[in-house]
Amino acid sequence: MTMNRQGRPSAPGTVEENELPTISGDRGLDHEEGLIFELGREGMTGVDVPDVQMSETRLGGLRRKGPIGLPGLSEPEVVRHYVRLSRQNYAIDSGLYPLGSCTMKHNPRLNEKMARLPGFGDVHPLQPQQTVQGAFALISELMRWLTTLTGMPAVAMSPKAGAHGELCGLLAIRAAIEARGEKRPRILVPESAHGTNPATAAFAGFTVDEVPATKGGHVDADALEAKLGPDVCAIMLTNPNTCGLFEPRIIEMAEAVHKAGAYFYCDGANFNAIAGRVRPGDLGIDAMHINLHKTFSTPHGGGGPGAGPVVLSERLAPYAPLPLLMHDGSEFRMIEHADAASGGAKPFGRMCAFHGQMGMFTRALAYMLSHGRDGVRQASEDAVLSANYILASLKDVMSAPFGEGPCMHEALFDDSFLEGTGVTTLDFAKAMIDEGYHPMTMYFPLVVHGAMLIEPTESESKESLDRFIHVLRTMALEAKDGKKERFEGAPRLAPRRRLDETAAARKPVLRWRPKDLPQAAE
Amino acid sequence: MRYHPLTADDRVRMLGRIGAAGIDALFRDVPASAVVPLSAFDLPDTKGELEVERVMARMAARNMSAGSVPFFCGAGAYRHHVPSAVDHLIQRSEFLTSYTPYQPEIAQGTLQYLFEFQTQVALLTGMEVANASLYDGSTATAEGVLMAQRVTRRPKAILSGGLHPHYAETVETVAGLSGKVVRAQTMPGQAEDLASMIDGETACVVVQSPDVFGQIRDLKPIAEAAHAKGALLIVVVTEAMSFGLLESPGAQGADIVAAEGQAIGNGLNFGGPYVGLFATREKFLRQMPGRLCGETKDADGKRGFVLTLSTREQHIRRDKATSNICTNSGLCCLAFTIHLSLLGEEGLTRLARLNHARASALADRLAKVKGVSLMTDSFFNEFTIRLSKPASSVVDALAEKGIIAGVPASRLMPHEKVRDLLIVCATETNTDEDLEALAKGLSEVLS
Repeated sequence: MTMNRQGRPSAPGTVEENELPTISGDRGLDHEEGLIFELGREGMTGVDVPDVQMSETRLGGLRRKGPIGLPGLSEPEVVRHYVRLSRQNYAIDSGLYPLGSCTMKHNPRLNEKMARLPGFGDVHPLQPQQTVQGAFALISELMRWLTTLTGMPAVAMSPKAGAHGELCGLLAIRAAIEARGEKRPRILVPESAHGTNPATAAFAGFTVDEVPATKGGHVDADALEAKLGPDVCAIMLTNPNTCGLFEPRIIEMAEAVHKAGAYFYCDGANFNAIAGRVRPGDLGIDAMHINLHKTFSTPHGGGGPGAGPVVLSERLAPYAPLPLLMHDGSEFRMIEHADAASGGAKPFGRMCAFHGQMGMFTRALAYMLSHGRDGVRQASEDAVLSANYILASLKDVMSAPFGEGPCMHEALFDDSFLEGTGVTTLDFAKAMIDEGYHPMTMYFPLVVHGAMLIEPTESESKESLDRFIHVLRTMALEAKDGKKERFEGAPRLAPRRRLDETAAARKPVLRWRPKDLPQAAE
Repeated sequence: MRYHPLTADDRVRMLGRIGAAGIDALFRDVPASAVVPLSAFDLPDTKGELEVERVMARMAARNMSAGSVPFFCGAGAYRHHVPSAVDHLIQRSEFLTSYTPYQPEIAQGTLQYLFEFQTQVALLTGMEVANASLYDGSTATAEGVLMAQRVTRRPKAILSGGLHPHYAETVETVAGLSGKVVRAQTMPGQAEDLASMIDGETACVVVQSPDVFGQIRDLKPIAEAAHAKGALLIVVVTEAMSFGLLESPGAQGADIVAAEGQAIGNGLNFGGPYVGLFATREKFLRQMPGRLCGETKDADGKRGFVLTLSTREQHIRRDKATSNICTNSGLCCLAFTIHLSLLGEEGLTRLARLNHARASALADRLAKVKGVSLMTDSFFNEFTIRLSKPASSVVDALAEKGIIAGVPASRLMPHEKVRDLLIVCATETNTDEDLEALAKGLSEVLS
C-alpha cells in the first residue's frame, strides 16, 4: 500500500483489503438488517396509548383469546430499521431508471405536499357531500384535463390502476354490446401487448385471439382486419406500442374495427409519448386507461398505489361505472346508486368502494397545473427526443431490431449484438447495476429476442444521458471483445448478489415463523 | 419548466446527433390529420410552485376536514392517529420513487418490508399465508370470490346482507360475469339465515365482521355450515384495528380473509389509495391473486427476498393468469407495516381497547338522547342507531352546526326501511367534548 511520510495511506487500499470481513457483518454505510420480528421484545411499544379499562359485555363473546405474535419496538428502533431497509433500494431520486414501459420520471415533492393538505388528505369518502365540494371540484378539474388532453367526452375515475382501468373499459364495451342485444365473445390482442391485456380480457370472460406483428414492429393491420368478424367484441391495442413505435395505420385500423361493429380499446400506458400533441379521440379510440403513475408522475412507491382513470367515447360514456360526478348548476353531486343516475346513464356496475384514488388525483393535478398544456407537450417531446438520442447513440454497438427510427419515448434493442459472446441480456442488464444504474426492461416485448427496452423519460439532463450512453457503449464493446468478467455473476456491488428464484418458488417461504420456540417458552 | 433539465441548446445538439431536422420529424409516424396545435387544448399554461399551491389550497379549503370538527364517520374508512414517523419514512426517496421490485439485488428494502407485511397480515388474520396486498378491501373481496370459484369449481357466491354494499356491488360487477352472486338482505340486529342458502353450487359465503352496521358476527356456525357443503368461508373486515381486540377470522374457520388495511397507517384520503389485505390457507396458495414475496438466498448464501410464484401472474401467464392485477398498494402496505411495527402487540391491543371504550362511551351517551335507539348490541368501534327522523336530514342539519355525525345507511343502500338508520363510529381521535357535542347536537335536531 502507498503511504505518505506520516505513515498514513495515500491511496485507497487494494481490493483484498476491502474484502476483509468486518466484525459486525456491516460494511461502512451498508448495514445488514434483520426482520422486524427478529428485533424487539415483549411489552415494548413505539406508540404511547393509554391503558383503558373496558367492559367486555359488548363483544359478543368474541374477544381475542391468544396473543397475535407481533414484536414490540420503540420509535427509534423502528425508524432505524426502515431507514436501513430503504438504503437497499434503487430509486429514481438516486439515479437514471431506464425501465421501458414503466415511465420512471421525476416525482415532484410539491405533489406530495398537496396530497397531504388536510382538506384533501383528511376527508372521509362518505361525509356529507356539501362538506366536500372542494374535493369534487378537484376531481372535476382533473376530469377536464384528462378529457381535453385525450379529446374524449367522458372519463371514469374510479379504477385503481392500469389493469383495473382495462377491466373497466372492457366492461363498458361489454355493456354496450349487450345493450345492442349481441353476444361477441372474442377480443383481439396484439402479441406485443402488455401481459395485463390478455389477462384482463380473460378475466372479463372473453377469449383472446392474438394478432401478429409486422417485421417493422407494428401491429399487422391486414392480419387484424382479416380476424375481424361478428364475434369480435373489441381490439386492445397499445399506442405508441410496446416496441416504442407509433402505429401509423391506427386510424385505418379503428375504422375497420368500427365497421365490424366492434370497439377499440387502447392501452394508454404510453400516453406520455404523445400527450399534448395527439388526442386519442381523434384516432378513433373508444376507451383508454391513463396510468396516472406513469404519464402524470404519481410515485410508483415500490409497486403502487396507482390510478387508472378510463376515458370513454360518446358511444361508451353512458355505461361508465358508479359513482358518477355531476354538477347541477349550483353544486357538485356524486351519484352513488344506479337508480339515481339520470340523462341516459346506464352504469355497468361498480369497480370498487368509494370514488377512486383521490390521493393520486391530487398529485396528478398538481403535476398538470405545474406543467400546463405547454409543459405537458414539452415533456412528451423531451421524452421522445431523449429516447431517440439513446437509440441514435447506441444502435451501432447494440442491435436495434427496428433501428432506423424514429422511436417514440422508448428505444428497443435485442440481443443479437451479444450473439457468440456468451453474455446474455440478463448478464448485460445485471452488470448495469454494478455501474450504478437500474437495468432496463428485459425480455419484453416478447416479439423480439432478448429484448432490452430503454425509456429515459424527460427527467434526464443531456449530461446524464451522455454518461449513461458512454457506460452502455463501453459495456457493449467489452462484451463483443470477449471481456466477460464484468458480466458473469453480476452484480457484485449491490446489497445482494443474484438471488435463487427457483428455490424461492419450489419451497415457498412467504412469512417469518419463530425458529426458537423452545427458548421462547423458557 | 422546472422539471425539465434539457436546455434549448441541448435539444438542438441532440437532434443533430439523431439526424432529425426538428422535433416534428420524430413524430413522423403520426398521421398528419391527428397532429393538433397547442391551442387545440383549452387548458392553462405552466405555473410556478407558489401559484399551484395557491390554486389547490383554495380547493382544499372548501372541504370540511375531519380533524377540524367532531367527526364520527366509519362505514369502511376510519380516522385514526398515524404517528409522524410513518409519513416521514414512507416519503424516503428509496421507498417513494422506486418501481416494483423486479430486480431484487437493488430492491431488498421493498422486498423485505413486503415480507414483513405478509407476516403481519397472516398473524392478524390468523391465516397461514398472505399476499403483498391488493388495491383495497372491496377489490380484495371480489378477488376472494373469484378465487373461491376457481378452488371449488362452483359458480355461486352468497353475500351476507351485512357486507358493505360497495363491496357487494364490486363483487357483483366482477364475479357476476361468469358466476352467480346472491345477496341476502338484513337489518341491524336481525339474524340472517345464510346456512339455508348454501347448496351444492355454492363456491363461497362472504360474511363481514364487524358488519357494515358495526355488529360483530359469530363466524363459527357459518364456517361449519359452509364446510359441511364443500363451500369456502370468506371473511371480510373493513376496520383492521379490530384485529387487535377480536378473535381472528382464521380462528373462527375462515378459508379466505379479505380486509381493508387503511385503518392502520393510512389516512382517509377521501376514499383512496387504501390497501387490500388478502390471506388464506397454505393449500390454496397457488390459486391466490396478487404479488407474493418469498425468502431465498443469494449467490453468496446471504438471506434475501424475491417476488415469487409469478407463474400465477399476468406478465408470465397472460390470459391464463389467476388475476389481471399488476399494481399493488406498495406504499400503503409500507405505511401499514411501519405503523403496526410501532404499535407492536402491546400498542395495538391497547389502541383497540381504547377504540372500543370510546365507542361504548358514545353508545351509552347517545342512548340517553330522546329519539335515539341503539340497534347494535355487540360492536368494535362503530354501531348503528335508529333516529326519530330521516338520518340524512339529521346529518345535513348537524353538518350545518359543524358536526359530522356519521354515515346515514341510506347513503349506502337506497331502501326506505333504512331511512332512519345512522352508522356512527368513534375512535381514539374522538375526545369527550366530541361525544358530548354529538349527543347535544342530536338532541337539538331530533327535538
